[in-house]
Amino acid sequence: MPPLLEVRALHTEFRTGAGLVRAVDGISYTVEQGETVAIVGESGSGKSVGALSILRLIPDPPGRITGGEILFDGRDLRRLSEAEMREVRGRDIGMVFQEPMTSLNPVLTIGRQITETLEQHQGADRMTGERRALELLEMVGISDPRRRLRQYPHQLSGGMRQRVMIAVALACNPKLIIADEPTTALDVTIQAQILELMKSLSLRLNVAQIIITHNLGVVARYASRVNVMYAGRIVEAGSADAIYHNPRHPYTMALLRSVPRLDQPRRARLDPVEGQPPDLTKLDGGCAFRARCRFAVERCGQERPALERAGEAGHRAACFRSAELLVAQDVAA
Amino acid sequence: MNAVAPPPPLLEVRGLAMHFPISEGILINRKIGEVKAVDGVDFTIERGETLGLVGESGCGKTTTGRCILRLERPTAGQILFDGRDISGMERRDLVGLRRRMQVIFQDPYSSLNPRMKVGDIIAEPIKVHGVEPDAKRRHDRVRDLLAVCGLDPKFVDRYPHEMSGGQRQRVGIARALALDPEFIVCDEAVSALDVSIQAQVVNLLEDLRERFGLTYLFIAHDLSVVRHLCQRVAVMYLGRIVEMAASDELFDNPLHPYTQALLSAVPVPDPRIEATRAFQPPKGEVPSPINPPSGCVFNPRCPMAVEGCRRQRPALRELRPGHWVACSEVQ
Repeated sequence: MPPLLEVRALHTEFRTGAGLVRAVDGISYTVEQGETVAIVGESGSGKSVGALSILRLIPDPPGRITGGEILFDGRDLRRLSEAEMREVRGRDIGMVFQEPMTSLNPVLTIGRQITETLEQHQGADRMTGERRALELLEMVGISDPRRRLRQYPHQLSGGMRQRVMIAVALACNPKLIIADEPTTALDVTIQAQILELMKSLSLRLNVAQIIITHNLGVVARYASRVNVMYAGRIVEAGSADAIYHNPRHPYTMALLRSVPRLDQPRRARLDPVEGQPPDLTKLDGGCAFRARCRFAVERCGQERPALERAGEAGHRAACFRSAELLVAQDVAA
Repeated sequence: MNAVAPPPPLLEVRGLAMHFPISEGILINRKIGEVKAVDGVDFTIERGETLGLVGESGCGKTTTGRCILRLERPTAGQILFDGRDISGMERRDLVGLRRRMQVIFQDPYSSLNPRMKVGDIIAEPIKVHGVEPDAKRRHDRVRDLLAVCGLDPKFVDRYPHEMSGGQRQRVGIARALALDPEFIVCDEAVSALDVSIQAQVVNLLEDLRERFGLTYLFIAHDLSVVRHLCQRVAVMYLGRIVEMAASDELFDNPLHPYTQALLSAVPVPDPRIEATRAFQPPKGEVPSPINPPSGCVFNPRCPMAVEGCRRQRPALRELRPGHWVACSEVQ
């Protein structure tokens, strides 16, 4: 069976005052039916732009998808008309964004936000829509759903609003949910509630998820496969276990070492990734990480390493010295 | 042998409360209630120590910091700074105090004036307090401060928008150090930074503490950072401290049901551990501080709550040496 989603050599560029930014610079990955894939990276790595590109939600200008294919359920989303694309968004692919206050419409009731989606995509009438909305609110664990249907987003807490977002995303039984930093604005206990909810619903309804996050703990708990992004490219991809226990790219290794861990005794000094993130308008033909890399050699400045097989099947890394890093220990141990 | 009295802690907070009035009406303003943002908080910070203050949004940790900095006048309680109660001090008397305590804010984007050059941002407190009237020496001092904070002194002529988030936060730290303070409140000082940069700034803060003998109140919601940077940690919930202990003791042996729930909600970056770890996030959400639950404020969400928890507010008790817990059910 082909994967549910296959992204091939996707390129998205932005024209800025400072020059051309290749925010997404040729990324390829797949998402299988029902699985949860994480895209992890820091600010400016291109993780969000990559996800918005799938939905063709890149503001043009200044942005533009300049290359690649987005094969979803047998169709290339890049070739669809804008009207067809509107059908895909919200029906086949649900979206959950970081800030539920800005992604919900402040002048519509909670009920209306959900029924609007149902009416648009499924031609549901008012009654059927309301029944389904009630069912969805119950499913996402909102107490007193009948009352909540008549309320407005500002009357709900941040956690409740995110539950509503999930209800909207699930309304039309999508095959895929794209969640962009879904819990970053929430407190840890609410984050845990929301992520556990998304995990159980994904299993129960067999919905695949792409979770975009900078939080390595969240990735470890919820994703089966992981793509690590740096400066617009995927630098390492593999199963969560391979990425955390056998990283083969120096950036992944350094990132994992730099995270303070709640389950490890106090050490006053952490082990940071030295240097600053690269200026995306000034990237050259070499590896974008080399200025911060302790393994960099001359070749890293001359050509950019491709994402190639490293270790077990499905594990890939974009580093010339990936094989030598084998000896460089199990960082998570 | 004569026992010498130990020096007083640099900061001692006793029964601190900050209740914000809620009022109604335009012509006739009536008070209709109050938000108990901080409701009876006690702790001390020794010289050279870092105390972590953690909790979720609305728990009162930031308001506690603002009261200590005297950006708010607390409605009750004492704040003894170097032995002197500053809680009721008037504005003009606070000027001298401002030199001794400084603050580093979360957002390096909004806490630096975008129209000022980095050099002027750092020189500003030196000018305001008239510490160094000589322009040349002030300039040298600014360049020193940049170097101390790991920035190239040539950044004096840059604007904040030309710098990365991590570099901006270093500017915020340099500004806080400009007056040679003894005490710094770090309010979510590393929360907005990317992981790889966050570790750099955590290390810088630790270096500065050692080098200048600084004392920190480190306010944060990220428990993992707090575990590594702080010697002691206090956990707040709805305006009160529910548990306080040495860092490793608190994280290895949390005793209060809220602390336990909070810690269990944090996933660790290891899929093998997460695959087997039981996960019991606390149910429900934090109640409103306008009408907090009676007795123990955590009782409506607490798995251990008994009848008495609804009636009586539990006091902080020292259940193990240095480990304080505000729960009547924990022994």
